[in-house]
Amino acid sequence: MVSRRVECSKQLAAIAAKLRVDVMEMVFRVQTGHLGGSLSAAEILTTLYYHQLNVDPNNPDWPDRDRFVLGKGHAAPALYVVLADLGFFPREELKSLRQINCMLQGHPDMRKTPGVEMSTGSLGHGLSAAIGMALAARLDGKHYHVWALLGDGELDEGQIWEAAAYASFSGLTNLTAIVDFNRVQLDGPTDCILCMDPVADKWRSFGWNVVEADGHCVDSLLKAYEEALAVTERTGKPSVILAHTVKGKGVSFMEGQAAWHGGVPNAQQYEQAMKELTQQLELRGDCGCSR
Amino acid sequence: MQPLTMREAYGQALVALGESNPDVVVLDADVSKSSRSTLFGERFPERFFNVGIAESNMMSVAAGLAASGKIPFVNSFSFLLTLRAGEQLRTGIAYPRLNVKVAGAYCGLSDSFDGPTHQDPMDLAVMRAMPNMTVISVSDSIQAKKVVAAAAAWPGPVYFRLNRNALPEVSTEDSPFEIGKAIWHRRGADVTLIATGIMVHRALEAARLLETDGLKAGVLEVHTIKPIDTEAVMSAARETGAIVTAEEHNIYGGLGGAVAELLVEHGPVPMERVGIRDTFAESGDYEALLAKYGLTSQAVVDAARKVMRRK
Repeated sequence: MVSRRVECSKQLAAIAAKLRVDVMEMVFRVQTGHLGGSLSAAEILTTLYYHQLNVDPNNPDWPDRDRFVLGKGHAAPALYVVLADLGFFPREELKSLRQINCMLQGHPDMRKTPGVEMSTGSLGHGLSAAIGMALAARLDGKHYHVWALLGDGELDEGQIWEAAAYASFSGLTNLTAIVDFNRVQLDGPTDCILCMDPVADKWRSFGWNVVEADGHCVDSLLKAYEEALAVTERTGKPSVILAHTVKGKGVSFMEGQAAWHGGVPNAQQYEQAMKELTQQLELRGDCGCSR
Repeated sequence: MQPLTMREAYGQALVALGESNPDVVVLDADVSKSSRSTLFGERFPERFFNVGIAESNMMSVAAGLAASGKIPFVNSFSFLLTLRAGEQLRTGIAYPRLNVKVAGAYCGLSDSFDGPTHQDPMDLAVMRAMPNMTVISVSDSIQAKKVVAAAAAWPGPVYFRLNRNALPEVSTEDSPFEIGKAIWHRRGADVTLIATGIMVHRALEAARLLETDGLKAGVLEVHTIKPIDTEAVMSAARETGAIVTAEEHNIYGGLGGAVAELLVEHGPVPMERVGIRDTFAESGDYEALLAKYGLTSQAVVDAARKVMRRK
């Protein structure tokens, strides 16, 4: 079953706008957590969880569910907002992000948080773990699809390319990777730290189909998912979606700034950020569809 | 009859396990002909994944397979599994307690001619410090088969180290094997030799040598380094008041370290450690290396005499 599959792209955009407000609120409350990469992944996570993935919040271990692995585990705040909103666990938990004796760890913990498929956060593991899930599906004759969201900084890790080679060599057609391509890593712009360009050519040379998308445009993402699945079906090779995004998207003073990879706002900055994010939410508003 | 090499026995046991358990899958990183996991690959090609020379990817792929209900056995040389892919093992498998079995091939100095780049005197220390990890050091080929079955039945991550070579057997098909339960080969009065891996056989030889001098040495085999059999170790300390540990491993962090921790906490008695003295070894014949780096029955005898003088 698909839980609350949302078709209307205006509505998906509104959900993403609300997600940003929730993420900002939760990280500000506890004064810890990664905002930049959470804000850049808002539309990607929204389109996956509200439209694409076949998951059941009432039965998180359903064997036939689609799998989602958050390779860039530091975007956990965004994932937690989505999972709570879908009902995997009570929204109340969001208030105690990263706090002692609480469910929501700094990075995703598959044993503590319903809906989290893999304990991630140490960069480079996620794509390989997704491959393992895809291989298991093939062995079991199951038809679920595995999605892995990677950071573009994460592409620095050698393990990503071990995994990329192995996935295409294995002809995995039940696996899709998405790169949150925001061009900023912890220490600075990827262009200054370790530029991996030409990224699309690298993936192609490792045997993958490459689909490009605007990672903040819901329609572009939905189209990219369809195209990725279709081209994989046609070619027998896995696909990667390069979702072009902006780190810290939605907050003017955070956008494209490495300092907001792990930085948290003070009260004044928070006020400004919330003003901008709620304005965007109001602009996207209610599209008139019923959820 | 020459005993099977431990790795050959291991490969055969994997095949037997694969016959009885369809959830078992096996991964290797291009050393399947050495680890002997190739035997499983020949019998069950669809459940065998040779990922190429990419141990980190292999370890995380195993995590994904385990998260989907499979029981992966991951194979390579022990140093590559515990160090190269040790972070993937720590974060992706030990932390979420995924049901992955890690088979460390060519342990200790047993890849003798390949030299220190491929030898591994530190796997037990690394694995022992990893929460949720069960750590086993296999003593002979017969036991290797039992370890495979026991590891598959044991919930959660298990690391076991396997020797490359043919070794003297110290057990029989009928000997009991239970994870976490040490094996008494003989009880002592003057000293207890607590040994693991190839050093079990050498400790038994040492006990016989000591006996010719009228000294009664017990021999306790601790195959499970974690969780260690506290009761057996402490009863050895109480019975004989002196302990020698013997392992094909650095004296730091392995069996000797584990036993020393127990003694200090529960009832100190004099103790000596036989092991590699915090050094890398070198290329050479296996027996010659074991002799040069102090892993002989005579070294165990000398340690026993020394510890008895300290009583």
